[in-house]
Amino acid sequence: MSNKVDALKIKKSFGSLDTIRDVTVSLEKNKFVSILGPSGCGKSTLFDIISGLEKPDSGDILINDINYTGKTGKVSYMHQKDLLLPWKTILDNTCIPLQIKGLKITQARDKANTYFNLFGLSGFENYYPNQLSGGMRQRAALLRTYLFSDDIMLLDEPFGGLDAITRRSMQLWLLKLLENFKSSILFITHSVDEAIFLSDSIYLFSKRPAFIKATFDIDIPRPRDYKTFTSARFNEIKEKIINLLQSE
Amino acid sequence: MMKKTKKFLNNLYSLLFFLILVAIWEIFSRTGTVPNYILPAPTMIIYSLFTNFNFMGRHILITIYETLTGFIISVLLGIIIAVIMDGLPFVKKVIYPLLITSQTIPIITLAPLFIIWFGYGYLPKIIIVILICFFPISVSLLQGLGSVDIELINLLKSMGAGRYQIYKIVKLPASLPSLFSGLKIAATYSIMGATVGEWVGGKDGIGVYMLRAKYSFATDKVFGAIIIITVLSICLLKLIEFIEKKSMPWVFYEKIETMGE
Repeated sequence: MSNKVDALKIKKSFGSLDTIRDVTVSLEKNKFVSILGPSGCGKSTLFDIISGLEKPDSGDILINDINYTGKTGKVSYMHQKDLLLPWKTILDNTCIPLQIKGLKITQARDKANTYFNLFGLSGFENYYPNQLSGGMRQRAALLRTYLFSDDIMLLDEPFGGLDAITRRSMQLWLLKLLENFKSSILFITHSVDEAIFLSDSIYLFSKRPAFIKATFDIDIPRPRDYKTFTSARFNEIKEKIINLLQSE
Repeated sequence: MMKKTKKFLNNLYSLLFFLILVAIWEIFSRTGTVPNYILPAPTMIIYSLFTNFNFMGRHILITIYETLTGFIISVLLGIIIAVIMDGLPFVKKVIYPLLITSQTIPIITLAPLFIIWFGYGYLPKIIIVILICFFPISVSLLQGLGSVDIELINLLKSMGAGRYQIYKIVKLPASLPSLFSGLKIAATYSIMGATVGEWVGGKDGIGVYMLRAKYSFATDKVFGAIIIITVLSICLLKLIEFIEKKSMPWVFYEKIETMGE
C-alpha cells in the first residue's frame, strides 16, 4: 500500500448512539476524494477520528502507512465554519499553524505572505476576519489549513455556509488552485454537484449509523471548468448517485 | 455620523435636566429654605472644594495609592486564580463554592477585624480593596475561559498545539471581553472600598478627611469629598475602558465591503 490515508474498519458510537458502523476509506497520493452523505450521518465524526481528535471504538488510522490512531498533528483539518480568530488579523490567523510548529512570528509572516496572492487575499493581510466576506474568510481558512500541512488536507464542507453563487465560484477557484498543488484531499459535502465536480472518486455514505453504500470513480477528464456542470458524463453520474440516495 | 449626533443629543438632554436640578438646589439653599449645614449650595461646595484642594491633595493621593495597589493585586490574583480553576477542574470544585459563599459576607463588616489585625496603616485598606475587587475579576474571567468555542480549541489541538499555546492563542484573547467586564465592576467599587476602610480607622485618606469634615459639620467639605470619590471612580472606569479599546481593536473595526468572491 502506498496510500496517504487509510481509515480501516472504523467503528464509533457515542453512548447508545451508533454513529459509524463500519467504514473503510482510503486516499491515494495527489487525489481528491469526496465523502458524500446526508447531514448528520457521521461524516464529521470520521474526520475527527482521522485527525486524531477522537478515538475510534475499533479500527485503525494509517497515515503514510504508519498507525496514527488517536494522534493529532499529522493532517490539516478545515471546518465548515471558518474558525478564524476574530482578534488576529488575516495574516496572523494564517500564521497560527506555523507558530505552533515553532516558527517565530516574523518568519511565519514572511512564509504566509508568499501565498496571499495565490489565495486571492493580497491587500487584506492586516484586516480582521469580521471585516471580510464569507468567501474571503473561507479562503483564508483554507490557506491556514494548507500552511499546517500541504500533504494531506481534510476539508469538512468548507463551502457549506456560503450562498449558492459564491459557492460555485469558490468551487471553480479551488479547482484552479489545486492544479498548482500536490496535496491529497479528503472532502466532505452533501452537495452531489460539488462532489462530482471536484473529485477523483466519491464515497457515498448511508444515513447514520454510517456505512459505505457505494463508491464512484469520476472519470471526467481534467482540467474541468464551469461547462463540466452541464456535460453529459456529469449528469450520468449525478443521476446514478441521486437514485442511490433516493433508495434509502 | 447620524448616530453620533443622536447620542450627543441624548446626553445633552440628561445634562440639561441635571443642570436644572442643580439650579433648583442652588435656589433652595441660597434662599435659606434649607440651612447650609444640611444642604450647602452647589456653588458653595465647588468653592470650598477649590479652597481646600491643597489640603485635600495628600488625602486624595493616599486613597489613590491604596486603591491602585489593591486593584493591581486583585487583577493579578484574579487572573491567576481563574486560570488555575479553569485548568484544574478539581481545584475549581474545591475553591469555587467557597468563593461564591464568601461573597455573602458583607466585606465592609470585616473592616474592624482588619484594623485589629493589621493596625491603622495602609495594609487593611488595601486588603479590603482586594477582597472587593478580586471576586468580580476572577469570576468573570473564569466564565469567559469556560465559554470559549470548543471548535476553536479542537482546531488548535488538531494542529498539535499544547496547553500553553491553546491558552495563549485562543483562550485568553477570547475571554478578554469577560475579563474587562469584571474589571469595570471592580473599578467602580475599588475607591469605595478604600474609603470605607479609612472610615473604620486611619490617619489619612479621603475617608478620614470626610469623617473630620463630618464631625465639624462642614457639610460642604463632605460633599467635596463625595465629588472627589465620584470623579476618581469615573476616571478609573474610563481608564479601564480606554485600555479595553486599545487591547481589543478587532471589536471596534467596522466591516468593510469586500469584492472578489
